[in-house]
Amino acid sequence: MISARGLGRDFGAKRVLRGLDFEVPRGGFLLVTGRNGSGKSTLLSLCAGLLAPTAGELDVEVDRGEIGYLAHEPLVYRELTALENLELYGRLYRVPERRERVGMLLERFGLWDARHERVGAFSRGMAQRLALCRTLLHEPRLLLLDEPYSALDDDAAGLVDALLSEVAGEKTVIVTSHDPERISRFTSEELALG
Amino acid sequence: MRYFADVAALARKDVLLEFRSRDTLPAMLLFVVSALVVFHFALPADTSETAETGLLWIALLFTALLGLARAFVAEREQRVLDGLVLTPCDRSAIWLGKAIGVVAFLVLAEVVALPAFALFFGPLSWELVAAVALADIGLAAVGTLLAAMAAAGRARELLLPLLFLPLVIPIVVGGVGASVADHPARYLGFLGLYDAVFAILSWASFEYVVTE
Repeated sequence: MISARGLGRDFGAKRVLRGLDFEVPRGGFLLVTGRNGSGKSTLLSLCAGLLAPTAGELDVEVDRGEIGYLAHEPLVYRELTALENLELYGRLYRVPERRERVGMLLERFGLWDARHERVGAFSRGMAQRLALCRTLLHEPRLLLLDEPYSALDDDAAGLVDALLSEVAGEKTVIVTSHDPERISRFTSEELALG
Repeated sequence: MRYFADVAALARKDVLLEFRSRDTLPAMLLFVVSALVVFHFALPADTSETAETGLLWIALLFTALLGLARAFVAEREQRVLDGLVLTPCDRSAIWLGKAIGVVAFLVLAEVVALPAFALFFGPLSWELVAAVALADIGLAAVGTLLAAMAAAGRARELLLPLLFLPLVIPIVVGGVGASVADHPARYLGFLGLYDAVFAILSWASFEYVVTE
């Protein structure tokens, strides 16, 4: 589903990724590890199509509407409520039975009671949970998760564990993490950067 | 139909964001009224109608620039544009939704600015109102594309006026011409042609602005 050959990415004079070769088959689960600045987030942005490689080739065999991308930022509007953000994304992703799907995700990630609150008033952990809702909203075939446990308390981290266990083998997943022990039980392959 | 539903959802979102944050419209209103007040006191009593009309167009142009500078703030600061770009909606719908929001804010600013101009400088002609309406479309079409380009760059406060002002000189020429010339139809036609050409160019090229 994803294959990279000699993949590289520069930002001006700074070389972030170089000569990267990997393949992730359909239903594969790749854990990407590495120190800060090693290019983990850049690799996910490349796989999402948000950045273009400056060297090598990267083939991602899914349409952009089938990608669920969890970034460092939640990619939602701070002045809109959690519900309004998910409704907007649901419309743009043409999610069938959108309201039910949004409600189910808000319930699952413990945000139902806060659904009418503006995201600007959310804690970092609540924003991360909303970002997970946004990522899963359209039932993507490819999940790109950048530090999914970031800012989450133990309860919410348990929800991510449950999610990863559910999607392992079902969907194609690439996860970056500073906590590889927590994720390694789900993964089929590991890629260490830098 | 889906395309226009996406555009409507995106435009509605921009109006809602502005209604909540009140970041852009109050600044545009304050700026345009203040500029007209300053022009009123700065100009001598025997100033020609052409000069007065020219100053109105300058005020409107910089009011539009003020609004455009904030058009992609939410998308840039929270990287929401990445989220929108990944959705399967046609990327030009993002441009069109944003441009409709910009037109709405410009019209609201002009609902205050044009009566203020009439109060300070004299009655409005229908040609002037028609030219302003046509100019709004061109300003929003070009400005939204350039605002998206500037949002991706580092020197965005400098980049937007540098790109925007030279490109909208034809709007000033057409707007002032339509407001003061004996035969305004030619200038109104010119503004309409500018709108059509730049709206099509901006619509078609937006995808390349928001992706690498």
